Amino acid sequence: MLLKDRIVWVTGASGGIGRSTALKLASEGATLILAGRQEERLHAVAEEIRASGASACTVFAYDVANQEEVQQTFKEAAAKYGRLDGMVNNAGILEESLLSTLKHDHLQRVFSVNVFGTLYHMQMASRLMMRKKQGSIVNISSIIGSSGKEGLSVYGASKAAVNGAVKSAAKELAPFGIRVNAVAPGFIATDMTGKLKEDIYRMRMGSIKMKRAGLPEEVADTVLYLLSDLSKYVTGQTIGVDGGMVE
Amino acid sequence: MEQKLRTIFAESLEIPEERVKDELEYNTLPEWDSISHMSLIAAIEDSFDIMLDTEDVIDMSSFGKAKEIVAKYGA
Repeated sequence: MLLKDRIVWVTGASGGIGRSTALKLASEGATLILAGRQEERLHAVAEEIRASGASACTVFAYDVANQEEVQQTFKEAAAKYGRLDGMVNNAGILEESLLSTLKHDHLQRVFSVNVFGTLYHMQMASRLMMRKKQGSIVNISSIIGSSGKEGLSVYGASKAAVNGAVKSAAKELAPFGIRVNAVAPGFIATDMTGKLKEDIYRMRMGSIKMKRAGLPEEVADTVLYLLSDLSKYVTGQTIGVDGGMVE
Repeated sequence: MEQKLRTIFAESLEIPEERVKDELEYNTLPEWDSISHMSLIAAIEDSFDIMLDTEDVIDMSSFGKAKEIVAKYGA
């Protein structure tokens, strides 16, 4: 097993890519911390993991965009486990808005979760990882962060910010044995992408060379690679999982 | 606590324990730079089994201050 005895924290673990990632990591031996706001759904994922016979996991329900709550939760986790080996920053929100109708609330909401929340977790996770001078942080970005799309200027900007944070953090944390990378999914079949308007959905499918949406499990496979020693000399990278998106 | 903290400082900054006095300040010697500061914080947290608030990480500007901060956590 690639993650035997490793403690890995996954935000936004209640559904979509987060849930699939949690199940994948658990099947590879990781002890999981499942985080997010939807406590009932997190417990349901925890139950799925237990039922599969994988390692035990802990559920922490909190607002990933609230720095005080993040710090407090990390203190609780530190008291319980004393270390952290992997951090998957998956929690994110996707909302579309044309620039002409953009409102401050929209900007605030998307950046609070996608950027601030990710940075808060990178900060606290790296501090826990420094204790053992090892660890891997994986941020779930998006192909939109590099290629862009109509109606997704805010979301794209937030994911570009995540990619930028990965580059700098990888350099800052390398002396401590901590790797930092991102996975940039393309069009993945999840609840989040299911909320897109019909015309935008059709446009996305038309740009995929493999002619199908990706599966959350296919993103999880890349997260697993980046958390494991298979990628022990890989840091500062954003790996696309997009079926060959051409635009 | 004080002696344990002194030993952590000496080992993390790779300096003799005799040099670890209350007046020892961050960035006043080459051994205590921003990188070694984070190693020092990690060693303190690991040894005392605590997790410091971010403000305390920033405020830990001398050995004397570190003693005050660590004491606050009941270590």
